[in-house]
Amino acid sequence: MTKLKIAFNWASSCGGCEIAILELGTKLVELANKVDIVFWPAALDYKYSDLEAMPDNSIDVTFENGAIQTSEDEHMAKLLRAKSKLLVAFGACAYMGGIPSLANTTNRDGIFASSYKETPTTDNPEKTFPQTKVQVKEGELTIPEFYNTVKTLAQTVNVDYYVPGCPPVGEQVSKVINQFVDGPLPPKGAVLGASDRSLCHECKRIRTDRKIAKIVRTYQTIPDPQKCLLEQGIICMGPATRGGCGSICLDANAPCRGCYGPLPRAIDQGGKMLSALSSIFDAQSEEDIQKLVDSVPDPVGTFYRFSLARSLLRRTKP
Amino acid sequence: MTAVVELEKRFEPKIIGFLCRWCSYAGADLAGTSRIKYPPNINVIRVNCSGRVDPTLVIKALASGADGVFIAGCHPGDCHYTNGNIKTLRRFKLLQKMLDQFGIERERVRLEWVSASEGERYARVVRGMTEDIRSLGPLNWKHAVEAVA
Repeated sequence: MTKLKIAFNWASSCGGCEIAILELGTKLVELANKVDIVFWPAALDYKYSDLEAMPDNSIDVTFENGAIQTSEDEHMAKLLRAKSKLLVAFGACAYMGGIPSLANTTNRDGIFASSYKETPTTDNPEKTFPQTKVQVKEGELTIPEFYNTVKTLAQTVNVDYYVPGCPPVGEQVSKVINQFVDGPLPPKGAVLGASDRSLCHECKRIRTDRKIAKIVRTYQTIPDPQKCLLEQGIICMGPATRGGCGSICLDANAPCRGCYGPLPRAIDQGGKMLSALSSIFDAQSEEDIQKLVDSVPDPVGTFYRFSLARSLLRRTKP
Repeated sequence: MTAVVELEKRFEPKIIGFLCRWCSYAGADLAGTSRIKYPPNINVIRVNCSGRVDPTLVIKALASGADGVFIAGCHPGDCHYTNGNIKTLRRFKLLQKMLDQFGIERERVRLEWVSASEGERYARVVRGMTEDIRSLGPLNWKHAVEAVA
């Protein structure tokens, strides 16, 4: 039997998705009996030229993590698409833009100004900003271009499957990889390694009457580990987020932040969460409602924490 | 000839209106049967209750080319479903705050209470909203977002 040829690559990501694969531990060794890893820059010594040398469609499945924020990310996405039979957007960033896509609340100039000028720890008297090209004695040096808007993988190339999570939980990762080895595979475009129901459905906490009288932030309280966090005034993305992660954050007494993305028929995770949260505000008068609204610190950053690039609006007004 | 060209150049906002069937849609109907004039820029969608207007619908309208979204329901206390309009108000207030962050002007998304007898008020509100958006100019969201890649 010929082994399945798989590849892993990272774009604009933190590396957590790579850790999620390494987290398989001994399962990874067992996996090596079934698959050949032909490209994995984060863990093994592969060069981009190795990939370029491969014939088109020679990789069976590529798991690409990270958002598309630079010309290098885009180039690699296109190259991997050409070399792979199946391309999987692996993790919240490749699937929905993830944390990097919160950069869509500003643009390249805004990010550069903040990183290379405004932050108190920055010491940049010559006002050096990244340039795509620079002439040095030895010749010309180049770095990739940084884009104004972060995109998802699917907004860049055709994607066959999606695996949500920041990062995808280990158990789901091995399940997904085995699904590619043993089949059967669902129709293309499906989200793998997650549930089709909301996280609330698998949450073990006790719900009584969902009402919020006051918004509380996580640093202000130690929540009751038995009770629904929303009822305790903590914004928990559970109602607008797919389950399948095993509710690990909730077990650690922390609210869901929404990394598993919107439910199957929801097109905009943030809009759904906004709706779920505000409808249970325990306020009748305009004044009381306004008070509760004022206490939600950062609606975009909270409701679209992992999904801004894949949302309907995609970015703030240019 | 000049007049025709001028007319064509004028920006005509596209407004999506979600009207609750019990009060505001009847109010709009009254405006029509009373032959009250108001701009044809509003495209009305009848919903059973303003509380049915999921924020996603508003966002989707803006993302797909609308210049503004108008939501109208029964006056507080008059909701056919007791408190659907209060839910609308809660969602609307939080949505307003979020749309501020997206840089979408407040004039573009409005919530008004219009009863079945307020045909004149409906026409006035739509007139005002159309003029407000006309002076803001087109939103053109998709194009604007794609232009800054």
